[in-house]
Amino acid sequence: MKGNKEQDANNNNGVRFVWPDLIYKEFVAMIVVTLVLIGVSFLWDAPLREIANPGKTENPAKAPWYFLGLQELLVYFDPWIAGVVLPSIIIVGLMVMPYLDRNPVGGQYGFSRRKFAMINYLFGFALWFILIFIGTYLRGPNWQFYWLWESWEVEKHLEEKLWSFSPFAGAAFIGAYFSIGMIIPVLIKKGIVKYHGVVRYIIVMTLMLGMYFVPIKIVLRLFFNVRYVLETPWFNI
Amino acid sequence: MNLIDILKKKITQSQIWRSLFRHGYADTERNRSLQVNSNWVLHFHPVKVKAYSAKFRYVWCMGGITFFLFLVLTVTGILLMFYYHPVTEYAYQDMKYLQSDIAFGNLLRNIHRWGAHLMVVTVIFHMLRVFLTGSYKPPREFNWVIGVSLLVSTLLMSFTGYLLPWDQLAYWAITVGTNMAKATPFLGHEGPFPLVTKYNDVAFILLGGTEIGGAALLRFYVLHVVFIPAIMIIGMGVHFWRIRKDGISGPL
Repeated sequence: MKGNKEQDANNNNGVRFVWPDLIYKEFVAMIVVTLVLIGVSFLWDAPLREIANPGKTENPAKAPWYFLGLQELLVYFDPWIAGVVLPSIIIVGLMVMPYLDRNPVGGQYGFSRRKFAMINYLFGFALWFILIFIGTYLRGPNWQFYWLWESWEVEKHLEEKLWSFSPFAGAAFIGAYFSIGMIIPVLIKKGIVKYHGVVRYIIVMTLMLGMYFVPIKIVLRLFFNVRYVLETPWFNI
Repeated sequence: MNLIDILKKKITQSQIWRSLFRHGYADTERNRSLQVNSNWVLHFHPVKVKAYSAKFRYVWCMGGITFFLFLVLTVTGILLMFYYHPVTEYAYQDMKYLQSDIAFGNLLRNIHRWGAHLMVVTVIFHMLRVFLTGSYKPPREFNWVIGVSLLVSTLLMSFTGYLLPWDQLAYWAITVGTNMAKATPFLGHEGPFPLVTKYNDVAFILLGGTEIGGAALLRFYVLHVVFIPAIMIIGMGVHFWRIRKDGISGPL
């Protein structure tokens, strides 16, 4: 780092003046965005349906596209998880990420030196957009699944016999999932807890296992017809 | 010396001109620094950046484009406010009026709508880029936190704006969204462990009632045009200031 600084001071190597080297790029970007936006706005009108009518339910009623991933999760989770707890965990998880990531590699692209962070972030990123895609294009009336080429005119009624784990089995499943998930990395990678610190390790693993619980629940529901993993009188997961 | 040169000299050396444009375009290092430092708009930038970090393939321009879209949405939004009443009796009619009777009204609304969608996309891709380059690492951790709040604010801006046309699309999309609020643990009356009733839970606070009506429209309008933008402007001020202080990330 020090050597680089000296080099910069000596011959300006690797440093550019913002004016005009960066400014012109920003200017070009602004012009391109403006042209694209005006072009799109000339070609396509913003949607406007008939006047709001509380008595006439839209079917399907869809949230704005960026929330459709969460709406899609309503198939697999109760609203308090899909609509409140999960988005809150996502927001908090993103916010604390810089304090959890102890890998100093930064300021460049590169997968190999940040595998753990990359895999998990990109998995979550992909999951978010896959769910949005399904919610936007593959869900029709009554939130039934329709392929892109299937007509919404054809009514679908999916008869599913769903079952739930017994409370004991459910609690055991979730307990085992999180505790085994916590322990496996400790056994495989020596010194991992020492590297992260106990508290940081537990937070990282809880967030990570929480994220992977979402696709696990999706698989349990789609392939094993599981309604709830944990059913209690007060809440269901 | 001909007349034009004399005139040019008279003008560019006048007190008024020099008070507006403090220096010329001479290609000197001092002048290039002044261009940035003495210009209110440009001074959000540092004077110099690392060559690597000014490359398009490194920064993608997504953050800058997001800010530019915020400005576009502010301008078009203010213009739209001239034609819009946040009242259930008028809101939808104003949309129709805007589409058919106001010069460029439809274009204005289209730009605002598509611009808003684009801003959600660019802000998400800005975050992706910052993640992929590991730019949230020290000393930039807190700026990432501010960035996440700006991302959430952007989504809330788009969500509150979604109700304003008062058509079926708006009404039922917001119904889906606010029904989730009713399921909040502790604070929603349909969620687990409710401590509240239908008349004082978070959904009631958000909607100003038990269902979407005039009060909700007015609340969403105020949140959309004043409350959230004010928070965002403060957030962006800090966000940009910290980039200015820490510099754009790049290999050491």
